[in-house]
Amino acid sequence: MTRFLTFLVAMLFATVAHAQDPLRLELTDGVIEPLPFALPGFHAETAGSEQVAGDITQVVAQDLMGTGLFRQIPRSAFISTPGSFTEPVAFADWRAINAQALIRGAVAVNGAQVSVKFRVYDVFSGSEMGEGLQFTGTTQGWRRMAHKVADEVYSRITGEAGYFDSRLVFVAETGPKDNRAKRLAVMDYDGANVQYLTDSSTIVLAPRFSPNGDRVLYTSYESGFPRINVLDVSTVGRQQLTTQQGEMAFSPRFSRDGQQVIYSLADGGNTDIWRTDLRTGQHTRLTSAPSIETAPSFSPDGSQIVFESDRSGTQQLYIMSANGGEARRISFGEGRYGTPVWSPRGDLIAFTKQNAGRFHIGVMRTDGSRERLLTASFLDEGPTWAPNGRVIMFSRETQGAGGTSSLFSVDITGRNLQRVPTPAGASDPSWGPLQR
Amino acid sequence: MTHALKSALLIGALALSACTNADRFDNPDPVNLNDRAGMGQTGLGAESNPGSPEYFNQTIGDRVLFAVDQSTLSPQAQSVLAGQAQWLMTNSDYLAVIEGHADEQGTREYNLALGARRANAVRDYLVSQGVAANRIRTVSYGKERPLAVCSDESCYSQNRRAVTVISIGVTG
Repeated sequence: MTRFLTFLVAMLFATVAHAQDPLRLELTDGVIEPLPFALPGFHAETAGSEQVAGDITQVVAQDLMGTGLFRQIPRSAFISTPGSFTEPVAFADWRAINAQALIRGAVAVNGAQVSVKFRVYDVFSGSEMGEGLQFTGTTQGWRRMAHKVADEVYSRITGEAGYFDSRLVFVAETGPKDNRAKRLAVMDYDGANVQYLTDSSTIVLAPRFSPNGDRVLYTSYESGFPRINVLDVSTVGRQQLTTQQGEMAFSPRFSRDGQQVIYSLADGGNTDIWRTDLRTGQHTRLTSAPSIETAPSFSPDGSQIVFESDRSGTQQLYIMSANGGEARRISFGEGRYGTPVWSPRGDLIAFTKQNAGRFHIGVMRTDGSRERLLTASFLDEGPTWAPNGRVIMFSRETQGAGGTSSLFSVDITGRNLQRVPTPAGASDPSWGPLQR
Repeated sequence: MTHALKSALLIGALALSACTNADRFDNPDPVNLNDRAGMGQTGLGAESNPGSPEYFNQTIGDRVLFAVDQSTLSPQAQSVLAGQAQWLMTNSDYLAVIEGHADEQGTREYNLALGARRANAVRDYLVSQGVAANRIRTVSYGKERPLAVCSDESCYSQNRRAVTVISIGVTG
């Protein structure tokens, strides 16, 4: 929000001399007509930087196009092609092809170091949006630099934080349905740079990133019984989380400060929600009903927990205090509701809905109003929020003996459903934070 | 008791014939079943030997099935479990792990909890029949280990199961 305000102020300064309204893509009502932008290839400023300049330009374009909010004007339509980064912008040439935004950049390679600088222009007001920025990093990190450029462009045009420079942890799946091998993996938000965190010697389920992305909670059958592990992403070291004693512990999630874990514990066949404080080691029981209580998720401020329960006879969504106690039901539509996840903005709950033999990913307000189903298929489940709360990723399993699982993303208006490329099967995505 | 055992055997045989409808069950390289330590190395002989794991698994029946989203034991399931309890009390050097499973129609978390309910329903029944509670552990696989892979009721009904996996071991 602070960023948003800063940007607004910058915009006012930038456009003070122009009568025309500043370029702004309002996302609140959903965008039907993508905003046309021109992205000339980033200028290669040093010898040998042509390749990486081209690669970075391409990833910036893919990031923006992948949102469904922007449309790239083909270079064949360009009237002029800018040369150096400092050359004045020929706004008339860009207006003539109806480009609303122009992105110009330059790339320099010095040894193992890459620098990317860029500027964004509001073509119709003939002004720059924000200030030019430069990122520097190693040559291996070029994709991240491209994502950072795209995040800035997205942010300047929409007024909202981006999500391209982020990673997900997920379960990589191989093998047939009745003997599926599963292992934890991380990837960039667009499916690039997959790295495996565990081998496939045991079942692993539902990994969850910590809020700052340093650790992953997941359920493992390593001991022969489901238990929660904590994995350090940088060292890939893992250890079992000490939970309350019970037959099995699963469905963990971190609190926003990363110091508490909420999870389900099954004991005597009854599943309830518990909280363990990582600093004190104290276990607190949050529900105590004979029904199934599972899939807990904290509100962003940490004061409340949304979870699913079949206490009414079918799976429904409930919200309670982070200390347990009375819960209020928020889902009242037809069918069953599960796997609720609180949005990072705090205003919406994403969920899995099962009704009339179909599965849906949906969102509703925290009071249960304005329910909106975003997808429908044989089996969609397990939503996770992009760090900016605009996009949801989830697992989709296909029907039948050859059924496989893959990851899909959809924006919260229900538009722009896309398959996320993964090397093989994939399920249970958990979106990490925007990286620094 | 003889009558009860006889009916248990009859039900067990029915359960077996139902299972053989699935190709997987005849697979010489079983994926889910009997692959635990102690199994297959006992050398106790064929299923005709009433003290053998094969007899337990096939003649008595190592599994019971459940209705959609339910964990209550049907009369047939109770008969199979009465036979299991009888066998476990006779063969007191065996321990049991009860695996609860669900079909694929449900979310991962809910199915884990449902499988725990099913496994526990079986455990409670065996204990009520006299099996010492410390010989039994339960585990839920949710929908992670389907036995039959099609996406209709003919497969789902086989996957909604609790399997009693026996092994020789020392009571903990």
